[in-house]
Amino acid sequence: MSNIENIEGTRRDFIYYATAGAGAVATGAAVWPLVNQMNPSADVQALSSVRVDVSGVDPGTQLTVKWLGKPVFIRHRTGAEIHKAKEQEPDDLSSLPDPLARNANLGDGKALATDENRVMPSPEGEGAGAWIVQVGVCSHLGCVPLGTSGDFGGWFCPCHGSHYDLSGRIRKGPAPENLIVPVAQWVDNTTIKLG
Amino acid sequence: MSGIPHDHYEPRSNIEKWLHSRLPVIGLLYGTLMIPTPKNLNWWWIWGIVLAFCLALQIVTGIVLAMHYTPHVDTAFASIEHIMRNVNSGHMIRYLHMNGASLFFFAVYIHIFRGLYYGSYKPPREITWIIGMLIYLLMMGTAFMGYVLPWGQMSFWGATVITGLFGAIPFIGEYIQTWLLGGPAVDNATLNRFFSLHYLLPFVIAALVILHIWAFHTTGNNNPTGVEVRRESKAEADRDTVPFWPYFVIKDLFALAVILVVFFAIVGFMPNYLGHPDNYIEANPLVTPAHIVPEWYFLPFYAILRAFTSDVWVVMLANWITGGIINAKFFGVLAMFGAIVVMALAPWLDTSMVRSGRYRPMFKWWFWLLVADFVVLTWCGAQPAEPPYSTISLIGSTYWFFYFLIILPLLGVIEKPEPRPSTVEEDFDHHYSKSETPAE
Amino acid sequence: MLKKIGIAALAALTFSGTGATAAGGSTHIHDVQFSFEGPFGKFDQYQLQRGLQVYTEACASCHGLQYVPLRTLGDEGGPHFSEDEVRAYAAQNFTVYDPEIDDDRPARPTDHFPGSNLENAPDLSLMAKKRAGFHGPYGTGLAQLFKGTGGAEYIAAILTGYEEAPECAPDDFEGDYNSAFPSGGYPDECKIFNEEGIELGRKAPGSWIAMPPPLFDEQIEFADNHDNTVHHMAEDVSAFLMWTAEPKMMVRKEAGLTGVILLILLSALLYLTNKRLWAPLKNRKSP
Repeated sequence: MSNIENIEGTRRDFIYYATAGAGAVATGAAVWPLVNQMNPSADVQALSSVRVDVSGVDPGTQLTVKWLGKPVFIRHRTGAEIHKAKEQEPDDLSSLPDPLARNANLGDGKALATDENRVMPSPEGEGAGAWIVQVGVCSHLGCVPLGTSGDFGGWFCPCHGSHYDLSGRIRKGPAPENLIVPVAQWVDNTTIKLG
Repeated sequence: MSGIPHDHYEPRSNIEKWLHSRLPVIGLLYGTLMIPTPKNLNWWWIWGIVLAFCLALQIVTGIVLAMHYTPHVDTAFASIEHIMRNVNSGHMIRYLHMNGASLFFFAVYIHIFRGLYYGSYKPPREITWIIGMLIYLLMMGTAFMGYVLPWGQMSFWGATVITGLFGAIPFIGEYIQTWLLGGPAVDNATLNRFFSLHYLLPFVIAALVILHIWAFHTTGNNNPTGVEVRRESKAEADRDTVPFWPYFVIKDLFALAVILVVFFAIVGFMPNYLGHPDNYIEANPLVTPAHIVPEWYFLPFYAILRAFTSDVWVVMLANWITGGIINAKFFGVLAMFGAIVVMALAPWLDTSMVRSGRYRPMFKWWFWLLVADFVVLTWCGAQPAEPPYSTISLIGSTYWFFYFLIILPLLGVIEKPEPRPSTVEEDFDHHYSKSETPAE
Repeated sequence: MLKKIGIAALAALTFSGTGATAAGGSTHIHDVQFSFEGPFGKFDQYQLQRGLQVYTEACASCHGLQYVPLRTLGDEGGPHFSEDEVRAYAAQNFTVYDPEIDDDRPARPTDHFPGSNLENAPDLSLMAKKRAGFHGPYGTGLAQLFKGTGGAEYIAAILTGYEEAPECAPDDFEGDYNSAFPSGGYPDECKIFNEEGIELGRKAPGSWIAMPPPLFDEQIEFADNHDNTVHHMAEDVSAFLMWTAEPKMMVRKEAGLTGVILLILLSALLYLTNKRLWAPLKNRKSP
């Protein structure tokens, strides 16, 4: 007799639990889209990668493009500038305010801030170190630095006087970090894909 | 809360006591959820939960849509397409909101007709009924303004026609219409304010819903017999009622789940069936669509609006008596709002001593004729305003008023009601004794 | 002219009405068995690709698709081109105005299709949703429950509806006669009037449309050598325009199906729970 009641009781419990479980699943399935809709929409996501035609960027000039709402500096360095950048590099990188490369293309977040670790690989037929691509936002308080200026001939942030060298490393002033190198690659000899 | 005797929340642990002496919110929830509910409520009583769900669905999806929508005439239509194409799950959320309005009205009409059949509007539940009517009016306002937001052709011309109703009011009509629109015609100012009000009104509705529930928790639910729950003692009340939780919560949720199967099938497989294709054409103030048709849930009242043309003798009479102040256009507006007013006055128009239509042999016929009338008016509202539809609309509109103003007061006098059970318990046991199987 | 009264009026079927046919142009639109119809229907990727080709070669010179982002041509469930194909297609076929450079430049995948070039050529992005092919019976719109709204069928009918003008029409009447177009010009010579001058009917279906016939047999060479009669091209471009109007249709149907299945399961469980819950109350013997 009590045995039958137990079986009855178990079966009833099972249905109650199953119903509660199914209700929870249905609720969860309904809630997720409501949360996910606040993530970037497809049109915003599509802008996360842009192609930039750099065929018109002559050595010694810089192209500024907008990417993810921020300016990106695409600098075509002359031979002299490449040479000067090498000269500027201290023997002991740890003496720099920020010794890290800050290059999103290098998987290793600990790569050191050598000039080689900051520049883009050159397209075919061009010497190494000719192209450097950086997000043009000062690491201090987010102003946009000016090109070909400052004590090191690289970039200078007029807001609070941060000087970046020709490899975009912070050398002098309040900024704590080097300019960020975004994910960038060559699609063909004259097109850079950001992101 | 007064009403039917029932258990009250007793805080047990120290934390519960601490909270209860400061903010008795658990006691309030307990009292609401455990409210004694007549145990003989049938399946027509499930629509209240469906309506509560609809309100929640519309508010939640609406808030989400407002995150992506821009209320400006230049970008409104494009922002809807942005939602439909780019926003994660945006198309689903919009279709839920769109069709959610239809489910909302479908449920509210059944809910209202249930109240009319079982006499839920009769004393002591007049306040519940009146609040319900207010909610219904606000729902119509909210739905109407919401329909303007996509800024399609039907949005624009629907807004033009409906705000034009206010222009029919003698002397001050034009001023009111301009004030509503924020200009001489439907334009950006109109769209902006409609968006603001469309966002606001659902919260007013939510507040009224709380009052609605409070009111009928005070009087106790009506039930299919219309016989009041015994409330001299808790022991007696317990024989007529069961607590709302879990008995009716589970029952209502089951019904809700079944209804949502159909709802999801519509949203998933034919989301535009209930909408008008013209609303996928961007609003154009220079081109009127061939036929301006409101959403289906406005059609019965739209039919009443159009039924009273200037060649109807009542209209001519009203026109003559008032010296032309009440013309056909204003008469139509009065008739449309009057159709809702007479419904709201039902508690005082119905003279019958018997609450539930179940025991009123003559009432039943007239009631079902009213339901049929409602369906016919819905259909007429979608047809062009020309014979024979205009004639059918006129007959249907007349019957609507005839039912509330003549039939309801008269039936109470001439009708001989059938015997009623003496208690809710008797009705419940009588109903289920048939299905009783031999035990053991 | 579409009238729909929704679920509440299903019962209206029993009041079968007076059978009045509405005045104005009557047209007949054939139901086409498109691959995307029904609860499990899917877009045919290759049909959409052919449709895009028809659109590009026959429609795009006048009409636009301003709400359709070019990148969605690469979306799964749509034409599903590769990223490179989409980029090449955008750059080769369209130029857009770029306010940043204050000049025109070749279109990119992140741009939208351009809008219409002609004042009276409507944008086609939503054409398949802003027209309905099926109405009735008796103005209830219930036919759409079984056939769908018929927007794609309407487009196909227009594209194949160019016929010899009826003899009653004057030769110089503006536009081309189209048996499926409801809202164009119509010569009085082809209308039937009563003595009071009220129009009773028309001698031929459709009306005169401003758009010259856009498709001819063998006008377009498909890479896969698919049939290029007007009939087939019309269906292909109609399917494509259904996709531009409702690109998320397949996702939506999947979500709907998941929702329906989940809710049926939940209903069944709630039914059992409810039955068990009430069983002790209902099986009690009357005192």
